[in-house]
Formats: sequence, C-alpha cells, structure tokens
Amino acid sequence: MQVNFFFKKRLRALLVFAFLVSVTYGGIMITEYDVIKGFSSIPMAISWGVTNFFPTTDSFEHLPKILISLWETILLSIGSATLASLFALFFAILGSNTTTINPFFATICRFIATLFRNIDVAVWSMILLFSFGQSALTGYFALFFVSFGFLTRAFIETIDEVSNSGVEALRATGASYISIVIHSVIPSSASQMLSWLLFMIETNIRSATLIGILTGTGIGFVFDLYYKSVDYNTASLVVIAIVIAILALEAASNYVRRVII
Amino acid sequence: MALLELFNLSKRYDQHTIALSDINISVNKGEFIAVIGPSGAGKSTLLRCINRMIEPTNGEVTFDGVDLLHVKRKELRRLRTKIGMIFQHYHLVNRLTVIENVLHGRLGYKSSVVGALGIYTKKEKEQAIQLLRMLGLADQMYKRSDKLSGGQKQRVGIARALIQDPKMLLCDEPIASLDPNASKIIMDYLQKISQSLGITVIVNLHQVDVALQYSDRIIGVSQGQIVYDGTPTDITQEQIHQIYGSDFDDLMVEMNKEKHYAG
Amino acid sequence: MDFENIMKRIAPPSNRPVRVKPMNQSAIVIRLTLLSLVILTIIGFFTYDDTDVGMLEGITATFTNFKVMFTEPHFNHFTFMEGLYQVLVTISLALLTTVIGAVISLMLGLLAAKNLSTPKISNSIKNFVAVVRAVPTVLWVLIFAIAAGLGSVAAVIGMTFHSVGYLIKAYSESFEELDDGVIEVLKASGANWWQIVWQAVIPSSMTYIISWTFLRFEINFSVAVAMGAAAGAGGIGYDLFMASSFYLDLRELGTITFYILVFAILLEIVAIRIKRHINIT
Ligand SMILES: Nc1ncnc2c1ncn2[C@@H]1O[C@H](COP(=O)(O)OP(=O)(O)O)[C@@H](O)[C@H]1O
Ligand SMILES: [Mg+2]
Repeated sequence: MQVNFFFKKRLRALLVFAFLVSVTYGGIMITEYDVIKGFSSIPMAISWGVTNFFPTTDSFEHLPKILISLWETILLSIGSATLASLFALFFAILGSNTTTINPFFATICRFIATLFRNIDVAVWSMILLFSFGQSALTGYFALFFVSFGFLTRAFIETIDEVSNSGVEALRATGASYISIVIHSVIPSSASQMLSWLLFMIETNIRSATLIGILTGTGIGFVFDLYYKSVDYNTASLVVIAIVIAILALEAASNYVRRVII
Repeated sequence: MALLELFNLSKRYDQHTIALSDINISVNKGEFIAVIGPSGAGKSTLLRCINRMIEPTNGEVTFDGVDLLHVKRKELRRLRTKIGMIFQHYHLVNRLTVIENVLHGRLGYKSSVVGALGIYTKKEKEQAIQLLRMLGLADQMYKRSDKLSGGQKQRVGIARALIQDPKMLLCDEPIASLDPNASKIIMDYLQKISQSLGITVIVNLHQVDVALQYSDRIIGVSQGQIVYDGTPTDITQEQIHQIYGSDFDDLMVEMNKEKHYAG
Repeated sequence: MDFENIMKRIAPPSNRPVRVKPMNQSAIVIRLTLLSLVILTIIGFFTYDDTDVGMLEGITATFTNFKVMFTEPHFNHFTFMEGLYQVLVTISLALLTTVIGAVISLMLGLLAAKNLSTPKISNSIKNFVAVVRAVPTVLWVLIFAIAAGLGSVAAVIGMTFHSVGYLIKAYSESFEELDDGVIEVLKASGANWWQIVWQAVIPSSMTYIISWTFLRFEINFSVAVAMGAAAGAGGIGYDLFMASSFYLDLRELGTITFYILVFAILLEIVAIRIKRHINIT
C-alpha cells in the first residue's frame, strides 16, 4: 500500500516533469529560439551594458525634456486608472452577486469587463491609433479600458469577499439599496479597492512606456528616439528615470497600504 | 390577534433541496420561542423567509396583520424596520465604529437620500449611546468594530436591532460562535428584552439545554418540517431524539460533558 | 435606566453634539490619497495634447471603428490557419519565458525567503529584484536586442528578466508564510537545508507556486503580444502591428483582436479553475 502510494506520487511528478519538458521543447522549436545564443547573450549584454549603457554628462542636458515627458506619463497613468476606478466601482456594484439589482444585469456587467480586460493594452493602443492618432489620448484610453476591465473584476472580488455579511444585516433592517451600498459596501471595501487602484497605477506606468513606443508619445517615445538614434547614454538615463519613478511610486503605495489596511 | 402567522410556508431551493415544507406557526406578542433542530434542518431558511431575506416558494406570512409576501418593496422595507435580526457571525461592517454600526438600525426609517448621506438625528445618536451603555459597551463606542470580542460584537448586533424599535427579533444562532460565558450574557439580554419590552423573540438554537432553559415555547424542526411545537416542560427525550435523528447521540455526549463541567 | 426607558426615549437630553465618526489615521490617509489622485487626474486632463484630434471626435470615431472591427472582420494578409499558428508562436514565447523564469525564480526565491536564508542575502536579492521589476519589460527586450539582435532570443531573455523579478517576489513571500515551527522541528531532527526545502517548503507552498506561475503565464501571453508589436518578437503581435501601422487594415485588426481575445479568455478561465481547484484541495 505505502510503497504504492510513494510510487504513484513519484510517477505523477515524473509525468508532470516530462510534460513540461516536452512543451518547452515544442516552444523552442516553434519560436526558433536559439538556446545557446540565449545563454551566451546574457554575459555579452552585461559586458556591453557596463561599457556603453550609462548616462554621461552630455546626456544630462536632455534631462529636463525627459522629466517633462515622464511627468506627463505619470499623470496619464494616474488619470486613466483613477477615472477607470470610478466606472469600475459602478460596474462592480452592479456586477457583484452580493449587490446586483438583477442577475442578468450582473452577467452583462461582468461580460463587458472581461472583454475590456482581455484585450491587451498593446492591442487597445493599436486600435485607438486609428481614431486618436499619435496623441496622448490614444494611450489614455488604452490604459483606461484595460484599467476599467481589471479593476471591475478586482472590485467584484473585493465586494464578494468583504461585504456579504454587512449587506445582509442592512437589508434586514429595511435600509434602501443606496444606503446599503454607501454604509456597508463602500466602507468595508474602500481600503482594499484603493490598494487595487494603486496597483493599477503602478502597472499603468510600465504599460505607458510600451504604449509610448507603439504610438509615439510620452516617455516611451523619448526612449525610442534616443534608442533609435544610437544615443545609448541618454537612453539609459531615460531608463534610470523610469526606474526611480516606479520605485518611488511603489514605496508610496506600500506606505499607504500599510496604514490603511 | 397573533403577531406573526405562517401558513403552509414552503421553500425549495432547487429540484433536490426542499428546505421547508408546509410550515404552520402562530406567534403571539412577547413570546420567546426557540427553534431547535440539527444543522441543515431549515432553521435559517425559516427565519429568513419570515422577513423575506429569502423568498418563500409557497404559503403565507402575516406579520402585524399585513400579508408580507404580497407587499411592494417599499412597504416591505417599512415592515422590516419592525423586525430586528441578529446573526451568528454578527454581520457588522467591520471597518466602521461601534456606534456607526448601531445607527445602521435607523437607516430603514430614512428616505434614500437622507439614509445615503448618513444623517442621523441627535435623538437617534443619544439613543444609540444609551443602548450601548445599557449593554455594557460604553467604553467601546468609538472603537472599530473588528477590534471587539465575539460577545461584544453580538451585543452591538443587539443594539443595532433594538434601535430599530422592533416588534420582533429574529436571531439566527446568536451564540453558536461564543464561549459559554458570553453565550449566557447574550441569552440573558435576549430574555430581558423579551420580558421588559414585550418584544417577540424567535431564536434558532443548536443547543437543546439553552433552549429548554430560556424559552416559553419550543419548535423542533427536522428536514424542513415541524416535528414538535409546545412548551419546554412537555418535551420528552424521545421527541428530542426524533428532532435530532442520528445526531442525537453526539448531542447527549455533549450535554453530559457540560453537566460535568457545571457540577 | 433600563431597556424600557431607553426605548421610550425618556432619557435626559444633553446639549453636547454627538460625535459619530472619529477620524483615525487610516481614514485620513484614505481620504488624502484619494484627494491627491483626483487632483492629479484633473491636472492631467489639462496637460494632454489633444490639438490634433478632439476628445469627442475621437470617441465617436472609436465607436465607428469598433463596429467595423467586430462586425466585419476579414482575412487579408494571412489565412485562418496562419493566424492560428502566429497565436501558437506567441503562446510558445510566453510559455518558454514562464518556464525558464520559474526555474530560475524557484532557486533564487529560496535564497530570498527570510526564513530559509540569511538576512543579508535575502535583502540583497529582494532589492535587486525590485529594481529589475521596475524596468518595463519592453525596455529589457530592447536593451537585450542591442546585444543579441531583434528576435526571439532578445524577446525571451528580456521577458524572462521581468518574469523572474515578479516570480521571485511571489515565491519568496509564499515560502515565508511557512510555519517557523515546521522548519525548527526538521532542523532539530538533523535535517539539512536541502532536505528541509524538499520535504517541507516546496510541498507546502506548491499550491501558491502553481497559481502564481500560471498567473504569470497569463500575463506573459499579453506581454508576448506586446513584444511582437513593439520589439520584433514575432507572433500574432507582429501581425497586429502590421495591420495597424502598416496596412491600416481595420478589419484585419478586428480578426486579430478576436484571436487574442479568445485565447486570453481561455487562459483566464483555466486560471480561475486552477485557483478554485487549489482552494478546495
Ligand atoms: N442558498 C441555498 N441554495 C441551495 N440550498 C440551500 C441554500 N441555503 C440552504 N440550503 C439548503 O437548505 C437546507 C436547509 O438549510 P438551512 O436553512 O441553512 O438549515 P439550518 O440553518 O437549520 O442549518 C439545507 O439542506 C441546505 O443545504
Ligand atoms: Mg443555519
């Protein structure tokens, strides 16, 4: 019996391992990934980076320009996520089974959110490029749509997790729907929702860089400019600026999270 | 006239689960009723069908002379203000203060706008404070409610129900998550409320001994049906056995244990 | 004073206003944070450059475009099967990145976990990884492309970097949740570090490891789409880029969006299943 148990366990582990190896092998074939080149390129990239990818005094001349577009990108990320959170709150309240007005409606709300979330930001920005062209609005709406989809799902989970009991109690006292939402759902889920919003802003800054490269706007565009003109020193300065901004934002969000939970 | 009447009340959740079938009960003002039965018997469903937190499938519920199942939403809200509810897991809004939770009991009396803005009269606030003082929670008033112990939370639940100015309290296993000491405090308060205010109390209980000790009347529920309805003194061992079915032996062991501690 | 009096409300009235909601630190911070976010949002509105295309104009155009994309998608530059193959390439990229990332992260995650490592090693790995994560994936890929050339090598290595940053954090935090007592007991019984890892740490964190890894796979799928579009990684992302920026073919863009949507939703459903399964067992 016991031998059998351990044997089965081993066998299962082995099967999972074999599956992963073969799938990985398949992936290597399909993507035409060169494993040896992959590994050898890391030390190459590092040695190249150490000798070329750092800011020089010349590159600091571009700093004001970099900081301005970084600031724009940060505003874009915050603005799109914050506005999206407002819509998401509305959809989440209607979409959560705890607070919905009717189940059919809830399904529709969740479906819309699924749609928006699962179209990637790169796809959104390529789509919106058609209507907004190379302007900040392309990135704004791309981030807005994805944030909306993601936050709606996160908020629904939050509401289901934390507000069930409070909602039942208030319903039993005869409170109106709006009172229930304001006095039970919002207070019990506010801090967690804010935490999700901060997470979304962090994610958006990274995505904004990508969108910038795709649509020619913001900090991504500035990076692309120096990158394509082989000014790697200034390009590295852009990367450093982005990293500092994201780390600072993360530190700020972590502080807020610690205090409010 | 009876305060609450249930006539042929039934609830079926789906094809296989018939939670209640043909329940008939008549409850007078000021009665203290214990509903006992094993877990899954339908006690919670019964309580929630009374204030329509769960929609019954069939039957009639008459509360205070009004046919509850055929009233409009607004009228239902008005009637619910007259029925306080107390839950096993307290169901407080954790992040709010104790007094805010108590004042939630007044929301049913307010229009949507006033309620949404959380505007309470001074009288309501003072009443909340007095209730809390009465229940021994004067020092906890401004604490976040998740900082309280279980017994304290349940007292907040009682205050929230009382501030509704109810005619009836529905209590769904109010002491199932509490230690014996806190349980006794809660049951004593419920008894006092029933006796001094004439409020009808219907309380679901898992513990037979507590039911026998506190109630004027016992309703035994098993598999969605009433199998006993009478005074605690008349109930026999066999009838308890019938209510609890095969769970009975476990129950006796537990009761003996408790007697052992008491003695 | 008793219940009866209270319910009849004959208690002596007082003149002091009654306070209901005392401000605590948490409430203040929530309000301040929200206020700042709203202010920054409003400032943002005034800084966006919308001289070329007006907001309203753009939104109307977007709706018309949606309608065209989703109701009249067509195949122009590739066939159905070719499209499917491109999605497979994208998925393979995501898979490769996730597997390589998971293997590396598992090892470094053990060293980064406070309870399995020294504070010095743990902190230095965690700080390093925080910086790695702060660099957007697309920048990693582009930086590697300088040394390795644009293509799947740069894409996989660059994406792996970011995955590793993400997974080390997730894994090490799961390891840290392990009950200290368990490690102590094993230590006391003479088990060495590797035995503790294989017998206690990995088995008890397996569920977390699986769900975090799959979550990362889901993320990597969309990253792989993006890298195809922005950094020459190939796959469906490249077709996306061509349809949008080169052929300006809105209908084909619709087709590509459908491909991506279907697979992304499939992955999400699987992820939810895995999560539920793990929660039950
Ligand atoms: N929401 C529900 N959906 C389906 N079945 C339910 C639901 N709630 C309760 N039930 C079923 O109805 C029966 C009675 O449940 P309940 O009223 O909670 O019993 P008790 O409170 O006595 O433990 C049980 O068989 C339970 O599984
Ligand atoms: Mg129950």
